[in-house]
Amino acid sequence: MDATGRELKARAAITGLGISEMGRVYGHDAQHFAAEAIQRAVADAGLRKEDIDGLLVNPGVSALGGMGGVGLQNYLGLTNLRLLSSMNVGGATANVMVQYAAMSVIHGMANHVVCVFADAPLQPNKGGGAAYAGMGRPTRPSGMGGLYPAFGVMGINAHYAIAARRHMAMYGTTNDHFGAIAVAERQWAAMNPIAEHREPMTLEDYHASRWVAEPLHLLDCCLVSNGGVAVIVSRADAAKDMKQPPAYIWGMGQGHPGDMRRKGWDVETQTGAPMSKEKAFAMAGIGIDDVDVLQAYDCYTYTVLVTLEDYGFCAKSEGGPFVADGKLAPGGALPTNTGGGQLSAYYMWGMTPLSEGIIQARGQGGDRQVDKHDVVLVTGNGGILDHHSTIVLSPHDA
Amino acid sequence: MSDTYTRPIPQADEESREFYDGARRHELMLMRCKDCRAWRLPSRPRCPDCWSTDTAWEKASGRGTLYSFGVMHQKFPGFSEDGPYHYAIVELEEGPRIVSNVVGVPDDEIRVDMPLVAYFDDVSDDTTLVRFMSDKS
Ligand SMILES: [Zn+2]
Repeated sequence: MDATGRELKARAAITGLGISEMGRVYGHDAQHFAAEAIQRAVADAGLRKEDIDGLLVNPGVSALGGMGGVGLQNYLGLTNLRLLSSMNVGGATANVMVQYAAMSVIHGMANHVVCVFADAPLQPNKGGGAAYAGMGRPTRPSGMGGLYPAFGVMGINAHYAIAARRHMAMYGTTNDHFGAIAVAERQWAAMNPIAEHREPMTLEDYHASRWVAEPLHLLDCCLVSNGGVAVIVSRADAAKDMKQPPAYIWGMGQGHPGDMRRKGWDVETQTGAPMSKEKAFAMAGIGIDDVDVLQAYDCYTYTVLVTLEDYGFCAKSEGGPFVADGKLAPGGALPTNTGGGQLSAYYMWGMTPLSEGIIQARGQGGDRQVDKHDVVLVTGNGGILDHHSTIVLSPHDA
Repeated sequence: MSDTYTRPIPQADEESREFYDGARRHELMLMRCKDCRAWRLPSRPRCPDCWSTDTAWEKASGRGTLYSFGVMHQKFPGFSEDGPYHYAIVELEEGPRIVSNVVGVPDDEIRVDMPLVAYFDDVSDDTTLVRFMSDKS
């Protein structure tokens, strides 16, 4: 067998996309949002409930669907499933679910596989961070893990601040660089009707936003949203006759380098992206210069910067200068996070970049549609830069 | 020793007892693989390098460098009174990284890669935290 995986290129496609009511929407649980997203995705694809024979579920911080997703299955009355699992590698999961779904339909294990993420962490009158504040590894109050709370290292922000600071110290990266990413995404969000924050933002606004965990400002951090996103993966030959223009899956990959937490092992500044890219790009038969549109996982501005370096859009150390000139913004050379991303639009883990990647590949972006969208790169990141995943989408079947 | 220490006090478990006991003796103790000689942190029964379960605790030098740090502005129980506080990841001379903080250095003089040495802070009758101070030696 061809070790590049080239024989899998464009053999599967994303044929349905459903985005639920999104953002500060209260009074519903995660299962409600998952169901709404799935119903919309099935309608988008022109399918019926009975056509769905695979369901992959990624729960957020709210419980979703019980063990293996059977709770969500029964909630939706799905009785034809030949494929059912709950999966979780954090924000890398969306692309990973699509990868397993694609392999399944290519090899005839299922015909139309739904991949869904949904969450409802926001409560009325509570800060967005409340639901996530207790997270971050390790959480045990005893043992060696007890050192983290002892020194006040609580929540995810604390860990990404460590990573961002390390990059700044090694390469001279600055808050201006991080701010340029936030500002560019806000410019895109202004053109996305479902983005939560569409008001203009300047670099001064970025600097004026409060510190969360230095060197991270509030505007370095993703939103927290209630909602759900579902996508449907089908075989490419079936996709041709369906309702929407197919978003063909040209390449897919994952990279999980592990964290040895010691000298010479800097996953904070050297992520799993190169591993993930290597497989996905070989499968797609593309190089970095072929990418027209980038949907980069942006739980923090820093994540975008390190992703750009680790894919080779620029050299390691040059991420800061690379983003500083507006390259990522509307009209720039590398349109990135064209819906406003997780910083300004909505936070649905890996489904945020994936959903916008599908919209762009289909040419349905409206005011924010990028003219040249033959190759759309979607990246996923999970944990504290522990997991990376890649999907390459294209409107073309070869 | 302080009667007013309000921050969370970590508890030893079976795998970490020697680390915490060592700190009380003012010694920085780390696990070391008897087969491949790799130092490791956190403490675990199996060596992640060679999978050997033959392990001993050894005293580390206490020297290291500042790998990275953050300044927390969010409020957490035990930490809200004093305003923003810094936290650090220290890369020990032996290789492993440990979470801690830096004492005796003005906040605006804390730098990544600065040389550090362990400082044993007796925060209660039965708990000593391993913090770090500037190593000018
Ligand atoms: Zn060993």
